[in-house]
Amino acid sequence: MSGYFEELISGTKSLFIGLGITAKYFFEPVVTMQYPHEHVEMTPRFRGHIELIGNEETGEPKCIACGMCEKGCPSGCITVKGEKREGVKGKVVTEYILNFTTCSLCGQCVESCKFGAITFSKDYNLASPRKEDFIFDLIKRLKEKS
Amino acid sequence: MNGLLQQDLNQETFILNLGPQHPATHGVLRVKLEMDGEYIVKAEPVLGYIHRMHEKMGENRTWVKFLPNCGRMDYLSALSYNHGYVAAVERAAGIEVPERAEYLRVITVELNRISSHLLWFGAFVLDLGGFTPLLYAFDDREQILDLLESVTGSRLTYCYFRFGGVYNDIDDSFITGTRELIKRLRKRMPMYDALVTKNIILIKRLKDIGPISKDMARRYGATGPVARGSGINFDVRKDESYSVYPEFDFDVPVYEEGDSMARYMVRMDEIEQSMRIIEQALDKLPEGEIKPKKAVKLVKPEKGDYYYAVEAARGSFGVRLVSDGTNTAYRLKLRSPTYSNLSLFDEASRGMLLPDALALMGSLDLVIPEIDR
Amino acid sequence: MPEPFRVILFVIFAMAFAGLNAAYLVWSERKGAAHVQRRIGPKEVGPYGLLQPIADGIKLMTKQLFLPKGADPILFMVAPLMVMVPAIMSFCVIPFSETFVAAEINLGLLMIFAFASVNVLGLLLGAWGSANKYAVIAAARTVSQNVAYEIPMLITVITMVMVTNTMNLNEIVRSQAGWFFHWHIFRLDISLLMPVSFLIFFVCSLAETNRAPFDMAEAESELIAGVYTEYPGMGFGVFFMGEYANIVIGAALAVILFLGGWQSPIPFSPEGFLGVFWGLFWFLIKLYALIFIVIWIRWTYPRTQFYQLLNLSWKVLIPISLFNLILTALQIKIFPWL
Repeated sequence: MSGYFEELISGTKSLFIGLGITAKYFFEPVVTMQYPHEHVEMTPRFRGHIELIGNEETGEPKCIACGMCEKGCPSGCITVKGEKREGVKGKVVTEYILNFTTCSLCGQCVESCKFGAITFSKDYNLASPRKEDFIFDLIKRLKEKS
Repeated sequence: MNGLLQQDLNQETFILNLGPQHPATHGVLRVKLEMDGEYIVKAEPVLGYIHRMHEKMGENRTWVKFLPNCGRMDYLSALSYNHGYVAAVERAAGIEVPERAEYLRVITVELNRISSHLLWFGAFVLDLGGFTPLLYAFDDREQILDLLESVTGSRLTYCYFRFGGVYNDIDDSFITGTRELIKRLRKRMPMYDALVTKNIILIKRLKDIGPISKDMARRYGATGPVARGSGINFDVRKDESYSVYPEFDFDVPVYEEGDSMARYMVRMDEIEQSMRIIEQALDKLPEGEIKPKKAVKLVKPEKGDYYYAVEAARGSFGVRLVSDGTNTAYRLKLRSPTYSNLSLFDEASRGMLLPDALALMGSLDLVIPEIDR
Repeated sequence: MPEPFRVILFVIFAMAFAGLNAAYLVWSERKGAAHVQRRIGPKEVGPYGLLQPIADGIKLMTKQLFLPKGADPILFMVAPLMVMVPAIMSFCVIPFSETFVAAEINLGLLMIFAFASVNVLGLLLGAWGSANKYAVIAAARTVSQNVAYEIPMLITVITMVMVTNTMNLNEIVRSQAGWFFHWHIFRLDISLLMPVSFLIFFVCSLAETNRAPFDMAEAESELIAGVYTEYPGMGFGVFFMGEYANIVIGAALAVILFLGGWQSPIPFSPEGFLGVFWGLFWFLIKLYALIFIVIWIRWTYPRTQFYQLLNLSWKVLIPISLFNLILTALQIKIFPWL
C-alpha cells in the first residue's frame, strides 16, 4: 500500500521535471542551419568529387596520364587517356572522365597519385534529375574554373 | 472484410507481417508474426532484402580495394569495421603499426561508438513514442560528426584506416574540439537521465519487458550490450585485448536483470566509459609517424587462415581471412554481431504483446544492412 | 434578432470556429514541437509558415479518394463524418461569453458527453470498414481505452454538478463570479482535493481524444497510422479535424468547469457590447493556455503501454475520483453546520 503512494508521488514528480526540461529548451535559440538560404562552409578535408589541379604558370593539368588512379579505383569510375606530344616530356592527358554515379569517395585515387594532380573538391549541393549530369569531364571543368 | 474471412473460422491465430517497410524495424527487415489476438505465438525473421554480397566482393577485389566496403556494412559504427578488416590483413601480412596510429585509431573508434549509441538512444525512444530526445541526441551527434569530418573527410561511411596506419593526421583544433565535446556531453548526460531514464512512463515501458536469460544469450551467441545486459561479463576489448586497449583504464558495465531496461542502461554507461578512454588517449598521445617507416608497397598476406575480432558498437565483429598468397582473398567471412543477436528474437518474444516485442527489438539495436551484408 | 436567425448565425460561427481551430492548431502544434526540439518548423509558406495549413488542406483535397479492395463502402465513408459532426455540434452549447452562446440548454453538459461517446463508435466503424488488420487492432484498443477513461471523467463531472446544482454550462460559469479565487479550482472549502480533481479531468480528456501520451490507437511506429491507415486524402483530413475539435471541446469543458469560463480574474466587467468581448477574451486566453499545455505534453513523454494505460485508469484514477466524490459530499453537507 505504501509502495502505491510512493510510486504515485515519485512518478508525478518525474513527469513535472520532464516538462521543465522541454520548457527550458523551448526558450533557447535554434541550433539548425537554414541550408539552402545560408552557405555551409566545408572543412578542408571534405571529400567532394575529385578535380584536376592545374599548373600555376601554364594552367594545364599536372596529370601525366599514368593511369594509377584508374587502376586503383575499386569501382572503375575513372577513364584516363593520354598521348605523347612533340617537345613535351612525358605524356599529356587528353581525356579524363569521372563517372560520379559509381564513386564511393574512398580516396584511393588521390592517395595513389604520385604527382599531386588530383584532389577532392568542395562541391556539396549537386542535384540533378538526369544521370548524364554526373559524368564529369574533368579537363573541361578545369578550363572553366580558370 | 472478405480478406479477414479467408482463413478457417476455427483457426485462432492469424499471420501479421511486420513488413519490410515499417517505421520500427530499422532497415528492411521482415518479421512474420503469428499472433493470437495481441499475443505473439511465433516470430520468424525473414532476411535478405538488402543482401549486397560483400563477402563475394571480398573475393573479387584486391586487399586495398575492399576498404570502402567495410564502412558500408554497419554504417553507424563504420570505423570499427574498418579496424577489424585492416587489423586482420595486418596480422596476416605481418605489418607493424606505429604507436601514434594506434592511438588515433582508438580515439576515432571510440568517438564513433558514442555517436552510434546516441543514435540508437534517439531511435529507441522514438519507437516508444517520445519524439523529442531524438533531436537532442542528434544535436550532440552533429558535433561528433563535425569533428570526425575535419579528420577523415566523411561523415558516415568512413574509409580512414590503411594497412599499417591511418590516412590523415590530426591537428590541434581536433584535440581542443574533442575536449570541448567531452565537457559538453558530460553536462548533457544528466539531462537525458532526468528527461528519459527517470521518466515513470519509460520505466514502466521497459522494466521486466523482454527478459533474456544468461543461458539463452549464451546459446544463441549474443555478444555486446545484449549479452552484458543479461549478466555475461564479456567485452573483446578486455578479454581478447587488441591494439592499445590494455593501456587504458575503463570499466565494463554489466547488469544482471536481462530486461530491456538493463540493455538500455548498459549502453548509456558505455557512453561514459568511452569518454574516459578518449580522455586518457588524448593525454597519452605520442608523437610519431602515422604510416609505417618502411612504406607498404604491396600487401601480400601469407597463405593461411586468420581471424581477428574487435568490439563494434553492437557486439563482437569478427573477420576470418583465408588467403592463398595471391592479391585477392580466397574467402573473406565477416561475422556480424547483430545476426546472432537477432536470432534470439523468436524465442524471447513468445507470449509477448506486440508493443513489448517492438520494445525488445529496439533494445537489441538492429542495423539490418549489417545482418544481410 | 429573431430566434431562428440568431441560432443559425451562432451555429455557423461555431462551425467556423471549429474549422479554423483545426487548421491553425496544426500550425501551432508544429511550431511548438519545433521550438521544443530547437528547430524552426514551417517557415517557407507565408510569413512564419502561417499559410502552411492552407497548403496542406489543398494537398489533401487534391488526392484521389479511393476505396480499398474488400472495404465496406457505406461504413468507410460514414465513419469520418461520425467523428467530426458530433464534435462540431458540441460547440453549440459552449458559452463563449455571457450572452454569446448558440443554445443555452439546461442539459448542456449531458449533451456534450452524449456526443463524445459517438466519437468512439465512428472510429470502430471506420476500422472495421477498412478491412485492414492493423486498423482493427487499433480500434479494439481505442474502444477499451475510451470506456476506461470515461468513468473517472464522469465521476469528476458528477462531483462538480453536485457542487453547482445545475447542468447548464452558462449557470456553472456564473456561479464562479468574483475574484479569481472564486473559481472552482481554488475552492478548497468545497473539497480539499479540488486541484487533484482538475488534474484527473485533464488527464481523462487527454485519453478520450487519443492524444499522447495515450495515443496507442494511432501509434505511428507500431501500427503505421492505426485506425486511419487506409484513409486517403480528405478522409484522413476529416478525421484530423474531428480530433482537433475534440481537443478544443475537452479543454473548453475543463475551463468552464474549473477555471471560471468567461469570468475575468477581477470582478470588474464593462457594460453592454464591450462586456461580450471582455468575456470572450478571457475565455479564449484560458482555452489556449490549456491547449498549449496539451501540445507541450505530447512532445515530452513517450507513449504508455496499453495495459499501463488501463491500470492507470482502473487502479489510480477511479479510486481517487470516487474518494473525492465522497469527500466533496461530506464537505458540502457537514461544513455549513459548523
